[in-house]
Amino acid sequence: MMKHIKTVNKPSMQKTLKTGGCGECQASCQSACKTSCTVGNQVCEK
Amino acid sequence: MKAKIHKFVQNGTYILLDINSGAVHVIDKMIYDIMDTFTGENDDEVIAAWENTYKKDDLTEALDELHALMDEGELFAPDIDVPPTFKQKGLVKSLCLMIAQDCNLRCKYCFGDGGSYGQERAIMSPETGMKAVDFLIKSSGPRKHLEMDFFGGEPLINMKTVKAVTEYARKREQETGKKFKLTLTTNGLLLNDENIKWLNDNDFSLVLSLDGRKEVHDAMRPDVGGNGSYDRAIKNFHKCLDSRKGGDWDYRGVYTYLRGTYTKNNMDFTKDVLSMNDEGFDILSMEPVVLKDSPLGFTEEDLPRISEEYDKLTEAYMKRHHEGKGFFFFHFNMDLSNGPCVAKRLSGCGAGHEYFAVAENGDLYPCHQFVGREGYRLGSLDEGVTDTKLPQYFRESHVLNKEKCRDCWSRFFCSGGCHANADLFHGDIRKPYEVGCEIQKKRLECAIYVQAMLELEKLEKEDETA
Ligand code: SF4
Ligand code: SF4
Repeated sequence: MMKHIKTVNKPSMQKTLKTGGCGECQASCQSACKTSCTVGNQVCEK
Repeated sequence: MKAKIHKFVQNGTYILLDINSGAVHVIDKMIYDIMDTFTGENDDEVIAAWENTYKKDDLTEALDELHALMDEGELFAPDIDVPPTFKQKGLVKSLCLMIAQDCNLRCKYCFGDGGSYGQERAIMSPETGMKAVDFLIKSSGPRKHLEMDFFGGEPLINMKTVKAVTEYARKREQETGKKFKLTLTTNGLLLNDENIKWLNDNDFSLVLSLDGRKEVHDAMRPDVGGNGSYDRAIKNFHKCLDSRKGGDWDYRGVYTYLRGTYTKNNMDFTKDVLSMNDEGFDILSMEPVVLKDSPLGFTEEDLPRISEEYDKLTEAYMKRHHEGKGFFFFHFNMDLSNGPCVAKRLSGCGAGHEYFAVAENGDLYPCHQFVGREGYRLGSLDEGVTDTKLPQYFRESHVLNKEKCRDCWSRFFCSGGCHANADLFHGDIRKPYEVGCEIQKKRLECAIYVQAMLELEKLEKEDETA
């Protein structure tokens, strides 16, 4: 246990450098008129 | 040098994001401070700089912890360049159909000029819509999941085409093994029982436009005759939502969003989000209007006020969550552990290469916001994509090719902002719209905070029961 730091997640981003890019995920418009979103809240279809 | 970390304080909590790994750390004030100095290999310098503020033992302990994070790849993780999968040619996977370039409302902030997009008011024929289905199937190669968004204007004024296209898409699904996700965005005025039933039977996800409080909504979203549209919209939205409860609705994979736009007239938009929630809706989104040279639009000067409002919204969001009345707010929903792959994070919205808009007459554009914009016509359903340079340019306009974004801490969350806004403000899709960037970053800080708090609460609960 760390005293000064609590890490809240186990990120997978670096791993996906090799595995990602299948492209099955949704498009993600960010404009105000759509379901719009930032990619941060997308789900992976894999 | 590219930023490798981002730190911020939200609601009195100190947070450290490791940009290239996506690791989020809740830290104490000491770590927060010494991260101004620490580079990963200058412990002595850190101690020299901070020993008047903190005890040496504490500093050593903190440095040990930071080195442990580095060993785990959760601090100063290596830079990310274009992943190999990103280099192939793009395949189209989504289309936005301008079912009707006409509308029964005259929203004051509409970028489509009351649905017409600066062109003649017109509706899409069933034939054009069906051609779009074939175009998408042909252009999507081996990709299985395809999306079609029925948009406008107001798509429900042209139900004939909506129905014909849907029927055709479902038939082609059977023949090709593709899966179409269908979404329709509506202002609700024509969302009668018959239309609701049809949309439900056909598994449509719905995006319902409401701006929050009645007075805010009515001021911004009048009908053609100048009358407010709130009462009519909300009545239909209630009916629609009620029809989508119970049974197998939780498993169908379709959603019902209530979304709004805030403008300079309602910078206290937390009230609007809560008003939507009080009306019984719990999948919500509220976004800033983007307008140039308009009294409703935002400028740099509005940023402190907007930022303050996001703090309020964050608090209200957490409060309702703790009261067991939590709701889903689009921009706060983020999976910190299993978010999208790097390729996706870099490519962003996909406009112009994975995503096209089809104008009412069958012309192709990079996305719905580009429809009718000078110089952005890509071709048509009949001719195919005749401008091959522009899609390639969009494809290459990812975060790492935008000067501003390359160094921005939020590059892997934001993925480079909206091209249409960049073009609107700077005439260049690679120059992000600054006010949008600042709002984006503030929203992301709130989202990271919210997710970090929820995660810590979960861990605490597990500890208690263990
Ligand atoms: S360019 Fe902007 S409006 Fe168009 S799809 Fe991308 S984020 Fe959405
Ligand atoms: S668009 Fe703006 S906020 Fe987004 S990554 Fe680029 S600079 Fe950052």
